[in-house]
Amino acid sequence: MSTFRQNVEATIPALRRYARALTRNSDIADDLVQDTLVRALRSEHLFHGGDIRSWLYTILTNLNRNRLRSLARRPVLSLIEDNDAPDLAGPEAGGRDIERALATLAEDQRNALLLVVLEGLTYREVAEVQGVPIGTVMSRLARARVQIKNYLDGGRPTLRRVK
Amino acid sequence: MIDRDSPLSEDELHAYVDGELPADRQEAVIAWLAAHPEQAALVDAWRAQADAIRVRYGAVADEPVPERLKVDQVMWRDRANGRSYAAMAAAAAIVAFILGGAVGWIAHSASAASPSGFDMFTAEALDAYKLYVVEVRHPVEVPGSERVHMTQWLSKRLGAELRIPDLQSIGLKLVGGRLLPGPTGAAAFYMYEGPSGERFTIYCANATATESALRYRSMDSAAAFYWVNDKVAYVVSGPADRDRLETVTKTVYEQLDKSATRKS
Repeated sequence: MSTFRQNVEATIPALRRYARALTRNSDIADDLVQDTLVRALRSEHLFHGGDIRSWLYTILTNLNRNRLRSLARRPVLSLIEDNDAPDLAGPEAGGRDIERALATLAEDQRNALLLVVLEGLTYREVAEVQGVPIGTVMSRLARARVQIKNYLDGGRPTLRRVK
Repeated sequence: MIDRDSPLSEDELHAYVDGELPADRQEAVIAWLAAHPEQAALVDAWRAQADAIRVRYGAVADEPVPERLKVDQVMWRDRANGRSYAAMAAAAAIVAFILGGAVGWIAHSASAASPSGFDMFTAEALDAYKLYVVEVRHPVEVPGSERVHMTQWLSKRLGAELRIPDLQSIGLKLVGGRLLPGPTGAAAFYMYEGPSGERFTIYCANATATESALRYRSMDSAAAFYWVNDKVAYVVSGPADRDRLETVTKTVYEQLDKSATRKS
């Protein structure tokens, strides 16, 4: 196997983790990873050095954005099952809270936050993935953190008032 | 850069949490936070968020990577399925044509978001196909002569009202069926046989989606068409002859649709 393919293969577990957190659904996440891999492997000849990891994150982020756009155009298909079985079985009580909090974020904010805190990318790398200046990454990150904090602090009246 | 006495920028607090703060600012930020408990609490909250995210999703990277996501598999299937997008679009067009304005069918383009069950169910169905299609003496649990009993039994086990299509019109005889374990519980599996011994199978299981587009996949010497209708996923599998499989699928679909119409 070429070095390129070995590097792609080595990144798959991290891509699955990122996709799972992005979509919060294991089937959709793995479909997304698969599509990312197909794109990447078809484009091997287009890849001239650089960081394969960032490049794969970029492809996945863009594919997910396309997916959400196509869902938004036809909201009838309820593909996002938020009662994904393994998620419900999660032992940590806060797990579902953070999951719901992530779900309330704007897509760009969620991408930025997850790439930084879950995937450990630097601000500069995230800026490359998102194709924006570092300042924009930082403001997305800041807004994401404010939003999650508000959500976890009880800013979710629609869910709490239902009794 | 801000000097020691200036209030810190919020950016610096984020950079501090994310380990991106230049080493020479580290001390200043720590000292400043010690004197500003409100901001220190904010920093703690951000850290707790990051921890919760890592606790929730970190372990995904330790899970074994599914076969279908391995580089060799992805490349092989990408090559093998070169025709599949065209096939899917063609098949979806056929079915859409058959149904006309029938309710409940969405013939979306192949580029639309994939139904999450597609890979899961086609993989299960193709495995079952490959496993049982070579069986000479015990291909099924219940023989085709007991169609009524089998329909009731499998419907009960799946908790869905199943129909077992009659494919005599295209020269396929019902060999029989069996119950299989599936990703969503019980799955029903019917086998048909043609005059020259060619075998086709239909796999039915409960799906989370209500309906989906028709999709095609070929794998080794077998191929399958998949769709979801009324919360039941169907996978029609057979030898990798797309035209023949398309004919069979079309007939199966027509049969199921007719029985659905009769029911209502």
